[in-house]
Amino acid sequence: MTNSIHDMGGMHGFGPVEQEPDEPVFHTEWESRVYAMNRAMGPLRLWTIDEGRASQETLPPSVYVSASYYQRWLLGLERRVLQHGIAGADELVAGKSMRAGGRPNRIFAPEDAKGLTRGNYERDAPAPPRFRAGDRVRTRNINPETHTRLPRYARDKPGEVEAVRGCHVFPDSVATGAGEDPQWLYTVVFSGRTLWGEDCDPSVRVSIEAFEPYLAPA
Amino acid sequence: MTLDHDHSHDHPEMSELTDMQVRVRSLETVLTEKGYVDPAALDAIVEAYETRIGPHNGARVVARAWSDPAFRAALLEDATAAVNAMGNVSPVGSHLIAVKNTPARHNMVVCTLCSCYPWEVLGLPPTWYKSAPYRSRAVIEPRKVLAEFGVALPGETEIRVWDSTAETRFLVIPMRPAGAEGWSEDRLAALVTRNSMVGTGLALRPEDAA
Repeated sequence: MTNSIHDMGGMHGFGPVEQEPDEPVFHTEWESRVYAMNRAMGPLRLWTIDEGRASQETLPPSVYVSASYYQRWLLGLERRVLQHGIAGADELVAGKSMRAGGRPNRIFAPEDAKGLTRGNYERDAPAPPRFRAGDRVRTRNINPETHTRLPRYARDKPGEVEAVRGCHVFPDSVATGAGEDPQWLYTVVFSGRTLWGEDCDPSVRVSIEAFEPYLAPA
Repeated sequence: MTLDHDHSHDHPEMSELTDMQVRVRSLETVLTEKGYVDPAALDAIVEAYETRIGPHNGARVVARAWSDPAFRAALLEDATAAVNAMGNVSPVGSHLIAVKNTPARHNMVVCTLCSCYPWEVLGLPPTWYKSAPYRSRAVIEPRKVLAEFGVALPGETEIRVWDSTAETRFLVIPMRPAGAEGWSEDRLAALVTRNSMVGTGLALRPEDAA
């Protein structure tokens, strides 16, 4: 869902940013296994990256803020495994497979870890971009109950297109199973005072990566 | 499924395992038995992130950008292509964007909605980057956040915060410190900290480098 606790930009009360000296990549073995399972299952195309994000965003807010980062990744993965019928809750509790099921044809192999890279989400454009660098725009005031990548703090705000970033899979669409629906992506920059009011430091500017459906001409 | 569900108490052999270990092991076992993951592949993924994929890659990129004006121009034009042409860093899949710090502008990267981070060049993000304090505050009071990292910049310097809300990823090119003229790329790379490439730090001065 969109207006939930994961959309943290501008919230107060979380305290100082605390660094950990000499922080390890993973703090425990289970964290590394959770991360690796997520990474290994991504290329199977059972779900999209935005469905993965949505599975964490729809956790109860109290769980989202009290869980550690990798606990959230585990909870999200468990949810997708259940929702996609890969395993049943009884099997996760038992810690063993209790029923036969379809198996994927090809899975992530040890040698695949040699060239780990991020997926490519750029797609052929169905139409030319509506905006160019330098255009004044206003972000739309949208509040969908489903996944979106337009943060609350940047809705219904005037800004300027700084760059056109290509045509990409549209998260709002793909996360609900409605297809990739590729959309032009722009870097849109706002003054801090536009976003936060006259008390904001005047030297601050903030940009978001905004899909074309998030924007109207201004 | 809730965080406090617990199925280990009836199994004495699991008494030394935490609930999270048990729960993760259960999931891995089920997914392995059903043919969705290969534990050896998980080992290889963990090993890759603990060794080959890390901020040493980004440091090489920055050191090259400090040393080679043609590479710097190519990096700012198309960072994915420029990094992949280097040969001595981990590959980048898609849409890396390099943004350069200048005396007039300091760049800083955040993901307010989750934890998007240029892991191909910086490794997995540190806990603070994924934490609620950083995600909530970077966009509204970046100078206060920078101060907590020990970074104080002139009041007239623009602070530009990049919220990583899509699949583009941002690598900050910090300013080259004075006093490292004539240094090799390998020596320069030792001045490039992870935080300086996220924008919560500056490159080390030569006199402060180990």
